[in-house]
Amino acid sequence: MFIIGEKINATRKSIEAAVKARDAAYIQEVAKAQEQAGAHALDVNCGTVPVSEEPETMKWLVKTVQAVTDLPICIDSPNPAALAAGLAEHSGKPLINSISGESARYDSVLPLVKQYRTGVIALCNDDRGLPSSKEMALEVGDNLIKRLMDDGVPIHNIYLDPLVRTLATSPETVVDTLEVMRDLSRKYAGLHCVSGLSNVSYGLPERRHLNRAFVVMSIFCGLDAVIVDPLDRGMIASIYAAEALVNKDRFCLEYIKAYNEGKLAD
Amino acid sequence: MGDIAQALANLEEKKVYELVDQKVKEGANPLDIIQECNDGMIRVGELFSEQKYFITQLIFSAEILKQVMKKLDPLLAGLQTRGAAGGKVVIGTVKGDIHDIGKNIVITLLKGAGFDVVDLGVDVPTDKFIQALKDSGAKVLGMSALLNFTYPVMKEVVDAVREAGLRNQVKIIVGGTPVNEQVREYAGADYYAKDAVVGVNICREVYA
Repeated sequence: MFIIGEKINATRKSIEAAVKARDAAYIQEVAKAQEQAGAHALDVNCGTVPVSEEPETMKWLVKTVQAVTDLPICIDSPNPAALAAGLAEHSGKPLINSISGESARYDSVLPLVKQYRTGVIALCNDDRGLPSSKEMALEVGDNLIKRLMDDGVPIHNIYLDPLVRTLATSPETVVDTLEVMRDLSRKYAGLHCVSGLSNVSYGLPERRHLNRAFVVMSIFCGLDAVIVDPLDRGMIASIYAAEALVNKDRFCLEYIKAYNEGKLAD
Repeated sequence: MGDIAQALANLEEKKVYELVDQKVKEGANPLDIIQECNDGMIRVGELFSEQKYFITQLIFSAEILKQVMKKLDPLLAGLQTRGAAGGKVVIGTVKGDIHDIGKNIVITLLKGAGFDVVDLGVDVPTDKFIQALKDSGAKVLGMSALLNFTYPVMKEVVDAVREAGLRNQVKIIVGGTPVNEQVREYAGADYYAKDAVVGVNICREVYA
């Protein structure tokens, strides 16, 4: 499982405050904590600042984080100027969060994917909006993957996000999303599947139970990358367990290693 | 609160339908039954606001209301319809944003309280808001967003309402996660609603 730490996101009050105050030490503390907890990459999002300030802020964030860790950064913004600013600052192979089938977005983000040879999270939506059925989601996802490959992006750099909806308001779509992930990961060998989990549990209490159950189901359907809080012990333990159960953990060595590192304790 | 209102607030689905059937049999005025349902829904909205009820329970209450309305529809023909009695509200998520859960919660509560809602959906262009206001004659316009770069779009819509000569007839409410008093002021809207129940109460004031 490729774990992308989600915590450096300005929608979180503490991060927003640190970004405003340019408190590098706090950001670096959060980055290191996620790395120590086992993150393989760090998502960085400053989408709450005014649009004109976002590129400069993103540049500062990438620089600040990379001062203390070699982990790749998942540069998270719908604003291509912010992506470009972060990418120019980044050393190593970053991830872009995200591209989609929406024409304006595809056209503005693809050149960055190619120029910097990044991994890219590919969202399953297009100019028609969010897919209204499983069939449409499959079609949109399939087209997007094909298009990226035709445009020279290798399959192993593509992280498909089927855009899980909120259970409380779209209950029938959760299973559909799982099936979309399963069908596309079977079709395209080497394709990664990623999910930001928290959408699924929005609006219900004790969200962590829903998030964990969803990640376990997703792993069965081909999920191999998550945007998550690496310090959430219960979530990480569920991920190790689920990967072992689908026979992705040879001799359960990762599970045992996690145990020895104290990651499976309550 | 009447017994139908209480049962609805408690989400006692079967009881609501039984009570409605009974009252219809006894010759009750369907408009009184609807008023009780509105009271029940307002209570549901309060419980949701207090975080005692969650989104799914809100949706359930709307479903119960929908079924009650199905029972009452044949009796309403000829009577002053809810549509005429209920104030009109135009609402949508602004252009560039497709988030709609918050907006849909507001709509559920508005309908529950008896308003006639024109839901423009998401990613709504400015001219669509204006056209809907012209077509419906609504006195309230609600704009919703989750993404932070939508403030200029909200301002654009308010300016367009003014250009269309409708500014004095329409109260404009803005809401959503990144929205606050400053955004309201910047956009030129009349109200900022920090949650759905506040928004509904503003509409009730406007149409009082």
